[in-house]
Amino acid sequence: MAESAEGGLVFHPMDQFIVKPLFGEAGDPVGMLTLTNHTFWLALAVLSVVLLFVVGTRGRAIVPSRTQSVAELFYGFVYKMVEDVTGKDAIRYFPYIFTLFLFIFFANFLALIPMSYSPTSMIAVTAVLGFGVFFAVTILGFVKNGASFLGLFWVSSAPLALRPILAVIEVISYFVRPVSHSIRLAGNIMAGHAVLKVFAGFAAIGAVAPLAIFGIVGIFALEVLVAAIQAYVFTILTCVYLKDALHPHH
Amino acid sequence: MADPVDPSSASACVVDGSAIGMPQLCADWYLNQIFWLLVALVAIYFVLTRIALPRVGAVLAERSGTISNDLAAAEDLKRQAVDAEAAYEKALADARAEAQRISAEARAAIQADLNAAIAKADAQIAEKTAESEAQIAEIRAGASASVAEVARDVAGEIVRALGGKPDQGAIDAAVDTRVKGS
Repeated sequence: MAESAEGGLVFHPMDQFIVKPLFGEAGDPVGMLTLTNHTFWLALAVLSVVLLFVVGTRGRAIVPSRTQSVAELFYGFVYKMVEDVTGKDAIRYFPYIFTLFLFIFFANFLALIPMSYSPTSMIAVTAVLGFGVFFAVTILGFVKNGASFLGLFWVSSAPLALRPILAVIEVISYFVRPVSHSIRLAGNIMAGHAVLKVFAGFAAIGAVAPLAIFGIVGIFALEVLVAAIQAYVFTILTCVYLKDALHPHH
Repeated sequence: MADPVDPSSASACVVDGSAIGMPQLCADWYLNQIFWLLVALVAIYFVLTRIALPRVGAVLAERSGTISNDLAAAEDLKRQAVDAEAAYEKALADARAEAQRISAEARAAIQADLNAAIAKADAQIAEKTAESEAQIAEIRAGASASVAEVARDVAGEIVRALGGKPDQGAIDAAVDTRVKGS
């Protein structure tokens, strides 16, 4: 996304995040139901899940095929995470958490394909996920525990004089959770992809091209890590928040 | 990038195919993004809960069932092997005891035969010895009678050779006395 214009180098590292109609140009009007590149890459993520978990496990083999064992690996990984972090009584929420994990995981990895669009770099997407988790967990906390859910903010193990101050801090941190939860994901993915584009722009200049290409390779490797780690972090934080909702007492 | 906003473009976020600022913050696209995100999430959720999770869960449960069954079967087989080994050891010990018993019996039988044979041989030896002793006694008796007779004859001849008249009675008495005294 770099062009050697008359004035020198012009970078457009953010153009990769433009939402545009699938059969149109960047800047064309986008309505709610318009099929966009956003729709396309989300559909690919759904398709990947279907391929891995429906087509991949169609053998239902006791001794699994390679695809089936990957699907089982995902299942076991998230299942154990929910069980360990949130507790055995939270297994009923496992499908929701698994949906989140798989969506973020596949969206992140599909976004690593060159020329792709990254759904998880969009704050609109991650905010829906983050605030969705926040509201679900908060409502669940009140439904399960009633008013005693507020005990989450009253640190009974601290000295009495400190508790009001801690309560204020706890409340603030509780309401910051969805913001950090969503911006962490979007920020990581967006920053990585923008840096890739910047390096790609430098690669057009002969003198620094080798350096820039090494930079791309390095950043890309880092992004592969980030893609998996951010999916993991988002999921485990969801588990932690869910644990707070189910067991609000410290 | 510094071009003025093109009024014909429906989105103020994109000018000449390039983004102005962060496309992430372009409110024009929010509805579209959120709508399709929810569609995707619901799709994944239904694929998982309707098909994938029951299937994978069933496979995992079945596998752990199979594994525990196999482990139980292996445990059973191991116990059988231990039993079989114990039976084998017992059979071996029995066979060994039987062999010892048989060899002891055989040894006792042989010993009995041997004792009988020895006793028989001893009896025969004793019989022969008695017989021999009787013969020896007879021979000895015969020998001493002959000695006395020879002595009488020799004494008579000696007396005769010396020009004397042998008195048979005196010679007999003297020889008898001598033979007995010796």
